[in-house]
Amino acid sequence: MLRFENVGLRYGTGPEVLRDVSFEIAPNSFQFLTGPSGAGKTSLLRLLFLALRPTRGLITLFDRDTACLEADDIAAMRRRIGLVFQDFRLLDHLTTYENVALPLRVQGREEAGYRRDVVELLHWVGLGDRLHALPPILSGGEKQRAAIARALIGRPELLLADEPTGNVDPPLARRLLKLFVELNRSGTAILMATHDVALMNQLDARRLVLAEGRLYDDGYEPMRRQRLC
Amino acid sequence: MLKRVTNRGLEASMVGRPASIVPSDGVSSRALLTVIAIMTFVAALIVGIVGVARDAAVHWRSDMVREITIQVRPVQGRDITAEIAKAVDIARKTPGVSDARALTRDETGKLLEPWLGAGLDLGALPMPRLVVVRLSETAEPDLASLRRSLAGEVAGVSLDDHRTWSARLTTISESITLAGVALLALVLFATTLSVTFATRGAVATNRGVVEVLHLVGAHHSFIAGTFQRHFLAVGLKGGLIGGFSAALLFALGDIAPKVIAWIPGVSAASLLTGQFSLGGYGYAEIAGIVVLVTIVTALASRLTVRRTLREID
Repeated sequence: MLRFENVGLRYGTGPEVLRDVSFEIAPNSFQFLTGPSGAGKTSLLRLLFLALRPTRGLITLFDRDTACLEADDIAAMRRRIGLVFQDFRLLDHLTTYENVALPLRVQGREEAGYRRDVVELLHWVGLGDRLHALPPILSGGEKQRAAIARALIGRPELLLADEPTGNVDPPLARRLLKLFVELNRSGTAILMATHDVALMNQLDARRLVLAEGRLYDDGYEPMRRQRLC
Repeated sequence: MLKRVTNRGLEASMVGRPASIVPSDGVSSRALLTVIAIMTFVAALIVGIVGVARDAAVHWRSDMVREITIQVRPVQGRDITAEIAKAVDIARKTPGVSDARALTRDETGKLLEPWLGAGLDLGALPMPRLVVVRLSETAEPDLASLRRSLAGEVAGVSLDDHRTWSARLTTISESITLAGVALLALVLFATTLSVTFATRGAVATNRGVVEVLHLVGAHHSFIAGTFQRHFLAVGLKGGLIGGFSAALLFALGDIAPKVIAWIPGVSAASLLTGQFSLGGYGYAEIAGIVVLVTIVTALASRLTVRRTLREID
C-alpha cells in the first residue's frame, strides 16, 4: 500500500530532517509513529499525505511513484487517505454535519446521496446530538471526534492521524484509540502519530520510532497484536 | 462497519442548500464589497459624464449646423426694417433654406436682458438685428451664394454660419470623449488592481479553507470554482451597488431641472443646467461597467486561488 525507500527531506538549504527513511505500510495494518518532539513526525506525515515532496528517495503510494503525480492525481490519492490533525482543521463557519460531509461534497456528490451516511457516522463517533453545532462551541474531544469522522466519511484505505489524542484527556484518548482499532478491524490501515507512551502501551501494535531524522522499526510481528486493554 | 441508526438525525434543516464553503460575512469580503462598489461608482460616473457631455455636444452642434444667423447693423440713412425684410426675402429664396425669420425687437431685447437689464427701449439704441435662418435637413444650402446676394443688396449685413463654433465644439466633444476613455481606462486599471489586491486579501484570510479543501481531496478546479463563485457574487453585489448609485444620480440629474422648472421664478435654472439626460445607451454603458467589474473580480479571485494552491503544493 505504501512504501518509503531511502527517503530524505530537507527544508531549503537546511539540514536533513529525515534521513534514509525506509518502511512499508501493509493494507489493514495498525502502527504507531512515535518519537520525541522535533524528531520529524509531522514532516513524515506531510510526506505521507503528499503535502511535501522528498528531496531524495522513493515514495510509492497505492502502487504509484508519488514523484510522477500531477495535481489531479494527488487529489485522487488524497480521497483514498483519511487525515486527522492535532489542531482538527475544522471550518468554523460550517456545522459539524457539514464539516464531516465536506470530503464527499468536494467530490461533487449530491447531499441526498450521503446524508444518511454522515448522520450514521456522527452517531457512531458519539456526536449524534451535535449535528448542527458549529466547531467553536464544541469541546476539544468533540472537535477531535468530528475531525476523525471527517477523515473516515470517504471510507479511506489508509488513515493518518497526527497526535489525535494530543488535546483530550486520558479517558477520551482511550475511547478514541478504541475507535481507531474498530476502524482498523473494518479494513482501514492506520498510522497514528503520538508521543503518548501510556496510550501506545494499551495496544500491541507495531511502533515506528523517529529519532534525529532516522526511523527505527520495533520488529513487530502482525500475529502478536490485538491485545487492547 | 457502522451501526445502523434511526432517521432522527435527518432533520429538515439538512435538506436544502448546504452552507457556502467560503465564509460570506468576513471582514475581507465586506472590504472587497466596499472597494468594488466605490470603484464601480467612479467608473460609472465617468462613463455617464462622458456620455452626457458627448450627447450635449452632438445636440448643440446639430442645432448649430442647421441654423445660421444674418446680422443687420444699422447704417446711417438706411431703414433697418426694410434692410431686414430684404435679408429675409433673399434668405427664403435661397435653395436649401427651409425658413427665415427676423427676431422682433422684444425677442432681441430678451436676448440682451442678461447684460443690459429689462425694460430697455431698443429704439433709442443703434442695435443690430438678427435674422434666424433654418436650413433644410435634406438639401445642401449654397451659403456662398447667399453671402454674395446679401452683401450686394443689404446694407450693414453679415452672415454667421457658426462653422467656427461647430468646429470648436467638435474638437471639444472629441477631446472630452478621448479624455473620458483615458480616464475610464485608468479607473478600470485601478479597479482591477484594487479588486485583485482585495481579493488576494480575502483569499489569504480564507487560506485555511483552501488548505482544508486541498487536504480532503478537492481538485484545484473545484477550489478555484468555489472561490470564483463566491467572489463573482461579491463582485456582482458591489458592482450593482456602485452602478445603481451612479444611475440613480444621473436619473436625479435628469429629473431635477424638470422639477425645478415647476417652481415659480426659478425656471431659468434649467437653462443653466442644460440637458443632463443620460439616455438608454448611457444606462446600458453603466450596466456594462457592472458586468466588467464582476468579471474582473471573478477572474482575479480564480487566478489568486490558483496561485495560492501552487504555493501550497
